[in-house]
Amino acid sequence: MGMIKFSEDHEWIHSEDGIATVGITDFAQKALGDVVFVELPELGANVAKGDDIAVVESVKAASEVYAPVSGEIVAVNSALEDDPALVNRSPQDDGWFFKIKLADEGELEDLLDEDAYDAFAKDQA
Amino acid sequence: MTHKRKDLQTATGHRALDHKEPLIFELGTAETTGVDFSEPEPFEAELGGLERSEAMGLAGLSEPETVRHFTRLSRKNYAIDMGFFPLGSCTMKHNPRLNEKIARIAGLTDVHPLQPFSTIQGSLKVMAEVARWLGVLTGMPAIALSPKAGAHGELCGLMAIRAALEDAGDARTTVLVPESAHGTNPATAALCGYGVKTIPANDHGRVDVAALAEALKENIAALMLTNPNTCGLFENDILKIAEMVHDAGAYFYCDGANFNAIMGRVRPGDLGIDAMHLNLHKTFSTPHGGGGPGSGPVAFSKALMPFIPLPNVISINGRFALQELGVEGEQSIGRMAAFHGQMGMFLRALSYMMSHGADGLRQVSEDAVLSANYILESLKDVMTASYEGPCMHEALFDDRFMKDSGVTTLDLAKALIDEGFHPMTVYFPLVVHGAMLIEPTETESKASLDVFIGSMRSLAESIASGDVERFTSSPHLAPVGRLDETTAARNPILRWRAREQG
Repeated sequence: MGMIKFSEDHEWIHSEDGIATVGITDFAQKALGDVVFVELPELGANVAKGDDIAVVESVKAASEVYAPVSGEIVAVNSALEDDPALVNRSPQDDGWFFKIKLADEGELEDLLDEDAYDAFAKDQA
Repeated sequence: MTHKRKDLQTATGHRALDHKEPLIFELGTAETTGVDFSEPEPFEAELGGLERSEAMGLAGLSEPETVRHFTRLSRKNYAIDMGFFPLGSCTMKHNPRLNEKIARIAGLTDVHPLQPFSTIQGSLKVMAEVARWLGVLTGMPAIALSPKAGAHGELCGLMAIRAALEDAGDARTTVLVPESAHGTNPATAALCGYGVKTIPANDHGRVDVAALAEALKENIAALMLTNPNTCGLFENDILKIAEMVHDAGAYFYCDGANFNAIMGRVRPGDLGIDAMHLNLHKTFSTPHGGGGPGSGPVAFSKALMPFIPLPNVISINGRFALQELGVEGEQSIGRMAAFHGQMGMFLRALSYMMSHGADGLRQVSEDAVLSANYILESLKDVMTASYEGPCMHEALFDDRFMKDSGVTTLDLAKALIDEGFHPMTVYFPLVVHGAMLIEPTETESKASLDVFIGSMRSLAESIASGDVERFTSSPHLAPVGRLDETTAARNPILRWRAREQG
């Protein structure tokens, strides 16, 4: 089951058993356009909330992906390296970026729930 | 009365004298050659087993075939010498032919940097004069001429800032870069070993001063600001920003790529800037964008003077020399390049400055700003201007006027090629949606601006009337049509290979 939250940097965070899976939202992939390259963080790296730890590059722009929570990178989606289009095809499922072992589950409370994010994204459109 | 058959097909595929041009590898084969060499005498290879074992596969064309291929390709090129080139933040201005004449004077071209100073007094004087003019225009006491381009100048400036901070005991960790900065700024900071923190823009497209104040902590080495910024706006709070940066013990770097908007009107030294590069290849009309090398001299404040790079032109008893070695008690960052910089660009820039004079340079920036505002005012009823005018030297529009039309900024830029213009900068700056940044420079006449404005208005009307297909498949009239940028980026083919036989 777990819980899904969102950040104001247009990331989704699915947390379950102390592990947060992170990707970019459908809104973000639409705004970026065709994604052509993804750079992922290093496995085992310790990241702090707000660090820029990944890069997503589209035909329009290169954007940073921030750590929405602090912790250790315990998995990265290396499928994105060969097939960055996964981010466009399946942003909130197969197109996940990395998994973080949460250092502080309390940080999840600062994130937006789905309704709050939808309202936030609508305001940005 | 005759009429033209637009659909006429030719046996060759050429369109009149505009040839369809294959790749050079498709034009010739490796089996033929345009030059006869004798077979070499047998020889012992001395490459330790690293000799090439396969043929290179270069196309063997004769000299006329080769010349024609590249000449035909060059005719498909587009340049400032052919027409309007409004690429924002690139200052694509006319390269005066006087500059070219000056740069070809034999006594200034047939020289070498290792010649004795007594034989190159003229060249050294040119460098001293360029530095003097740049010093007057910036109001800053030291000019380093050697950096080879804008980003190289940024690196030079940040290296001096790091050296000054290290000299004071703490290099600090982070450089602040506003959202509206040039993309090279964060890259430069990272190359200098600094982390980068982004400062947001406010609703008026300028630095959010409150956010800056909050970010200016003890770990901040410098602020890198572009002024006017990439929204084409002057940073109104710059004096306050300089004071805040200095109060925090940090240095103030300014990206001078947009100096064409303020040259002769504002002296960066008076704004409290510690280091700023000047793009001779933008503001001072030396060729660029494939036409020539860049040149990015850096102006320094008094605080950073001890750290400027070598070599520098000095004058001793009326004789010029290059100071090649550091002076005791000063802490130069050393060399940015093997020699003294881009001499050919110094000559062109000096020719530009002297032929315009102080009043002429001031008029350059006034005309550049006037042209941009003319475009902004003439198009803001049919396009959406991102910020209230007046602007500086570039006009910024976003894609709100195309919302839900099915036409994107990219489509509009491609359609502009059909109209006979090099497109404006698109999707930059990132702070507005679907950005279109138009920089006309002082080069264009009112008549030329009117033709461009007419084209943009007619395109905007086509969008409003729903003619979407014209845009989504444009360009229609260019030698090649819409390229698949996504596939090109996802699966780039970087090397030509012969197609498999059979």
